[in-house]
Amino acid sequence: MANTPFLDRVRSIFSDVFQVPLDEVRAESSPDTIPNWDSLQHLNLVLAVEQEFNVQFSPEEIEQLLSVELVAALLEEKRVACEVS
Amino acid sequence: MTDRDQLRQQADAAIAAGDWVEARATLETLWSAHASAGLAGFVAGRFEKLRGQFPFYPCRVAILRSFTLEPVLPLLRACAWVNRIDLSAKVGEFNAYAQEILDPAGWLYEYNADAIFLAVQTQDIAPELWDFYTEVGREEILGAVDRVLADYRQWIETLRSRTSAHLFVHSLEVPARPSRGILDAQTPDSQAEAIREINAGLRRIAADFNGVYIFDYEALVSAYGRARYRDEQRWAAVKLPMKSDAMLPLAEEWVRYRAPAAGRVCKVVVTDLDNTLWGGVIGEDGVSGIKVDREYPGIAYWNVQRALADVKRRGILLAIASKNNREDAIEAFGSHSGMLLGAGDFAAERINWMDKPANLREIAAELNVGLDSLAFLDDNPTERERVRHELPEVTVLELPHDPMGFADAIRRSPVLERLSVSVEDTERSRYYSEQRVRAAALGSASSVEEFYRSLAQEVEIAPLTPATLARAAQLTQKTNQFNLTTRRYSEQRLAELASDPAWAVHTVRVKDRFGDNGLVGVMITAARGDACEIDSFLMSCRVISRTVETAMLAYLAESCRARGLACLRGWFLPTAKNTPAADFYRKHGFELCTTTDAGTLWHLDLSKAEVTCPDWIRLTVTEESSLGKYAVS
Repeated sequence: MANTPFLDRVRSIFSDVFQVPLDEVRAESSPDTIPNWDSLQHLNLVLAVEQEFNVQFSPEEIEQLLSVELVAALLEEKRVACEVS
Repeated sequence: MTDRDQLRQQADAAIAAGDWVEARATLETLWSAHASAGLAGFVAGRFEKLRGQFPFYPCRVAILRSFTLEPVLPLLRACAWVNRIDLSAKVGEFNAYAQEILDPAGWLYEYNADAIFLAVQTQDIAPELWDFYTEVGREEILGAVDRVLADYRQWIETLRSRTSAHLFVHSLEVPARPSRGILDAQTPDSQAEAIREINAGLRRIAADFNGVYIFDYEALVSAYGRARYRDEQRWAAVKLPMKSDAMLPLAEEWVRYRAPAAGRVCKVVVTDLDNTLWGGVIGEDGVSGIKVDREYPGIAYWNVQRALADVKRRGILLAIASKNNREDAIEAFGSHSGMLLGAGDFAAERINWMDKPANLREIAAELNVGLDSLAFLDDNPTERERVRHELPEVTVLELPHDPMGFADAIRRSPVLERLSVSVEDTERSRYYSEQRVRAAALGSASSVEEFYRSLAQEVEIAPLTPATLARAAQLTQKTNQFNLTTRRYSEQRLAELASDPAWAVHTVRVKDRFGDNGLVGVMITAARGDACEIDSFLMSCRVISRTVETAMLAYLAESCRARGLACLRGWFLPTAKNTPAADFYRKHGFELCTTTDAGTLWHLDLSKAEVTCPDWIRLTVTEESSLGKYAVS
């Protein structure tokens, strides 16, 4: 997947929420590669992304947010205004 | 790179370099500018690395709840850290609060929490007052109010009998859209009114117990905006009732209640003058040019003065540190008509051209408090930064760029919150102005003894009563200097000790010719065989160096003799702050028996040694009241 403007910010959120070093978070990082990704951490992730990008995800969308790139893709789909730094 | 990323790197670099002061200051700035659920983990994680570098206030919180709030916990921990509280939290099972309270062998009582929050929502505990209001009759509504209050009373009673933790009971929220629409506002039996009746009842129940407080969840939701707060979709999906943005205000509010209970408070607000207490620069603009009144832009500063006057009524002292000509500033207080505060409202002032850290040090010394008791208010970010780095003990109140937000920053600060206010608190400013007269008397006396005599002190010692309980607990929590063991007690724990036949809790009141110093000392003792063990012996800094401690000890010795006890025994446990009490036992003839890492144990054989009350002190002792020994209400 191409480097979307969201990818780096999403990786940084993953790193904070799951408490893994940033350089270990890759675009394809998923519940299979992040050991403490349980349902509660998933909720924490959703809330952190929502707050960061000022969006709201529906329950259907929440079920899909299962990797860094999927989160970034959905954000792009929602066409969130993004401050690229 | 964004400002946020920069601050993150800066914090990491400071931690790597071992520059703890810089690291903490950076994390505080980062959090105050960018607080969010995403950042919470980072901030809390980095603060963990500062553990041991600063005196963080430890605290364990148990949260019993009827809804999902796990996602709020990282925010809670981060908010606690920036307020210097090292908080660990455990959440009860979902909607299992009643069983958890009632089960004496469950996790709750093993967890040994300092504070327990009971977070229950209106819709969970009283569905008929939330979803079905239009379906039920007046009788059922009144019945629901009674039932809910009876349940709460039973839970609180049970909790209170099994733990001495501070209890915070969430008040119940009122719906954004009442079931009956605008009709609800027209009738006395309104839905909102029924819920508020429960909240009023909860306040009454809390008042019947020690250490039970209402956490005003209803006020929090209302201040945030009911419609903005709630998220029905998320409630249905994961039982989280609020939007992601609303979790931070809840976490912050918890900390505002937790900080005073954990003893994390400031006793003095030291304020700047120009562009903080009034708009403009007095030295340049003159009295007629500065802005403080009910009009814009003076209203911003009027609001600051209003907030400080309110804070002062909680027993917090005000002081000034300002770079100005003193006469100019004092004239402004006296002659500007919009001024709400007067020069007499300040317990100390340093209006000169010295730097702020030097002035803050002097103010702390004059008021006899530690630097960590000071909160610093200044519109100038450079001054704030300087104090943050040079005096890391001081709490620097972060202010927004716009002065219209200053007052709110004061009102939101957890270190200025109080859970209870005693007579001593509201009178504190007066005590300090009397103190200045005393200091002048000492200056004019030709010997210390003459000064003691001129004070005409009266020391009154009495067993703990329900009326003195709150102040006594407060003294154990806040007294750092003349405190032999620095053991902190909650109201609940103190009441338990006082009603235990083996223990005794006494309070000490001191009056002199300049005024009433109020309740300023506490002694906690336990009889062990033929010895009287001094568990706690402490005295407010208001009466240090006036031989009151000798009078207190003379009482203890006398009462031990009367009860046939052979000796007095007590620990001195040194801290960073209690050097004023270090020589106490030696000076009064105690012999050293043991030295350990924690401190020294001292012993006084009552058959050999005598402790006499100084003849310049009139000692009055109230023995147990006609009601007998203190009974827990």
